[in-house]
Amino acid sequence: MEQKLKTDFDKFISTSNFSNQEIKLKKQALDNFLKNGFPSRKLENWKFSDIKQIIQKNIGELAFYNNYNIENEINDDIFIKEIEHNKIVIINGKVERLSFEYEESDKINLTTLDNFNQNSNDDNSLLSLNNSFSNKIHNILVKKNYLFKKPLIIYQITNEKVSNTNINFQLNFELEENSSIKIINLSDDNSEKNFINNLFNFNLGKNAILKNYKIDKKSNTNIKYDYSSITQKENSISETFIFSSASEYIKNEVSCNLEGQYSSAFINGIHLLSKNKHHEIRTNTNHLYENTKSYQLIKSVIDESSKSVYQGKIYVDSKAQKTDGYQLSKAVLLNEQAEFNAKPELEIYADDVKCSHGSASGSLDEDSIFYLMSRGLDQKTAKELLINGFLLDVVEKITDEEIKILLKNMIGLN
Amino acid sequence: MRDKQIEDLKDYKYGFSTDIESFKAPKGLNEEVIRFISNIKKEPDWLLQWRLKAFERLKVLKEPDWQKAKYPKIDYQDLYYYSAPKSFKEKPKNLEDLDPKLLETYKKLGIPLQEQKRLNGIAVDAVFDSVSVATTFKDTLTEKGIIFCSISEAIQKHPDLVKKYLGSVIPITDHFFATLNSAVFTDGSFVYIPPNVKCPMELSTYFRINASDTGQFERTLIIADKGSYVSYLEGCTAPMRDENQLHAANVELIALDDAEIKYSTVQNWYPGDKDGKGGIYNFVTKRGLCKGKNSKISWTQVETGSAITWKYPSCILKGDNSIGEFYSIAITNNHQKADTGTKMIHLGKNTKSKIISKGISAGKSDMTYRGLVDISKNASNSTNYTQCDSLLMGNKCGAHTVPYIKNKNSNSNIAHEATTSKISEDQLHYCQQRGLNQEEAVGLIVNGFCKEVLQQLPMEFAVEAQKLVGISLEGSVG
Repeated sequence: MEQKLKTDFDKFISTSNFSNQEIKLKKQALDNFLKNGFPSRKLENWKFSDIKQIIQKNIGELAFYNNYNIENEINDDIFIKEIEHNKIVIINGKVERLSFEYEESDKINLTTLDNFNQNSNDDNSLLSLNNSFSNKIHNILVKKNYLFKKPLIIYQITNEKVSNTNINFQLNFELEENSSIKIINLSDDNSEKNFINNLFNFNLGKNAILKNYKIDKKSNTNIKYDYSSITQKENSISETFIFSSASEYIKNEVSCNLEGQYSSAFINGIHLLSKNKHHEIRTNTNHLYENTKSYQLIKSVIDESSKSVYQGKIYVDSKAQKTDGYQLSKAVLLNEQAEFNAKPELEIYADDVKCSHGSASGSLDEDSIFYLMSRGLDQKTAKELLINGFLLDVVEKITDEEIKILLKNMIGLN
Repeated sequence: MRDKQIEDLKDYKYGFSTDIESFKAPKGLNEEVIRFISNIKKEPDWLLQWRLKAFERLKVLKEPDWQKAKYPKIDYQDLYYYSAPKSFKEKPKNLEDLDPKLLETYKKLGIPLQEQKRLNGIAVDAVFDSVSVATTFKDTLTEKGIIFCSISEAIQKHPDLVKKYLGSVIPITDHFFATLNSAVFTDGSFVYIPPNVKCPMELSTYFRINASDTGQFERTLIIADKGSYVSYLEGCTAPMRDENQLHAANVELIALDDAEIKYSTVQNWYPGDKDGKGGIYNFVTKRGLCKGKNSKISWTQVETGSAITWKYPSCILKGDNSIGEFYSIAITNNHQKADTGTKMIHLGKNTKSKIISKGISAGKSDMTYRGLVDISKNASNSTNYTQCDSLLMGNKCGAHTVPYIKNKNSNSNIAHEATTSKISEDQLHYCQQRGLNQEEAVGLIVNGFCKEVLQQLPMEFAVEAQKLVGISLEGSVG
């Protein structure tokens, strides 16, 4: 693999036009990845999902060279019709369209980054991989006091031109004081057996609001890793919602650093799995300052021989007095082959805090099914109704009404 | 009155060391030392081979380092693996033959063997460094067919039982410290309860590390045959010394059909001084196997001592309908570190487990609850309930919760809850308003916080434990 990485990297650099600074950073990132390789179960964070093995088993030999010079055609049919929205269209890891037609253009600043954040983390070599092979990184800066009028939908598309390839993509958002943005991240995969590695950075200034909804609902055989890093200043709010259901394997990782007082982070997620899928959500909330708040609610419905994993960590620094941190994960196992693993974790160094986590897993409640059946529903409908109610709980947490209705229809929960 | 008590107990009161000449094996860990230990204990050849096999395995194992509490590297070649009071070369036949100094030590520890015998009705098997001193109450137990003796004696007198069960729960191929123990274990207790016998009294061992530079590697094996019941108590102390001492014990419990074992520990090893110097490294492997149907194993622990506590008393629920329970209070103060919890491994059908863990950290200490609940594919209709609560005092300490939850069976339910908080101002205010001073109020609230676990302890221990809880937190408020 090492040889392949090196030759693909040289090819990638020679066919792109990066600045010397970028090339230097990319080389460093590659060296870091070469040193660590793909993460395996030996690392604590990858205990339940050995991505090294999963890639070997499902993809085998992986190509790292991805030709960003190919022009891809955008098929307008895939766009959401129900609501007016701004668009970013990404095809095979390349940004094909950035359109902010509903916004005031002088309030948004679009640039590409020369100096990207190294994010070097020995536990997570995938970030290094991303840094070394991703194309030009776009930065979207929302200026002070500007509130986005319409949501931004990020269409992440892969087409049949790529297979057995590693696609790396990175995007940066900067929200200045008092600004806000709503993002829906929608994936649309028409490719097979790729390893897709996404990295999103969000920097929230004072009083900024980020609403980020991630939807994975089109069945595909790709393996995905999606990392969102959110840094929050005073009084800012981030809301993340993850619906993860269709890809073969996906690990969604959200890391929040609450650096300013009164900042809060909400992360809610749904796993709705069948067949042979393996999905993981990992959340990492770091309370680094006084009076911060975080809340996580993750629910899983697991059918056939699929596997759901939730790892959630709440870290409270000794400075972060008066922290509130709550976390709840619940899972329903519908089939004998189904599996649920959880690792809720608290690491606390301050005494004036209220932190708790709860985790429950089991079968659907027999009494509730009996109750519904005694009122004339057949067993299948009764079960569906219960599952619907179970998951709706999470969807109802979405604070944006328009998007909530859109997502409800999209997911099929009413 | 209480103040006086506290004053007496403030410093580690078990911190004296007894001046008894001891008889040691040469320093270091090698085949020679293992042969030496085996030889001096007149062990049969199969056991020597078993030890050597463990030693072979040990050579390829690496010391684990994933725990939260880090410690300087231990030089295993710089330890004595066998130490016995010299007068022990010829083992005393009864209490009167014992070295009076030894008896004095036990008196200071608060377990006068003779009085205890008379008053408490507890049979004590005291382990002084590596050799079991004397076993009291033997006759009453023998009548019922109960075997309660040191493991060395059991190896001589009941080799079949030992051979059958030793290493059946903690195999020699286990992790580093367990394997180290298998290679060099010196003494410990052995209990066998015959079928359908309810042990009429609480069995108890008192461990004490005396000689410096020695590791204590005791091995306890408890077998409850069909339909039997036993409650076993274990208490630990060690003298004050500047250097750290290693304690790596193995405890194996086996419960056959319908049997029940209750194992209680009050651990009060020397925790090191206020600056974190010295103290015991308590790296213990405790594992129970519910082998038969309807069997039950229950662990209760009160962990207040040791510089580093690193242990996970576990239950393997193999028999159908078997039950595993774990009740724990862990208190850390000053520079103490504890990484403790349990593992509940559900293999049989209709198995149940319950975990109640209370952690309190004060000073500059660090407390971690780490646990595993694993329900396998075949363990249908199993349930687990876990509750772990932590209390923090001051902002220089840490409290962490790291549970691993694995559910592979759709008919089984797992519920886990954890909370972390400080003592609420309202409760403190309420108590103080009614005339308690701040320390008393904290003591009261903490005792209430721990009550669920304290209730599980046998009477004699509950009192001691309650006192310990108070002492351990001394000076942590205000």
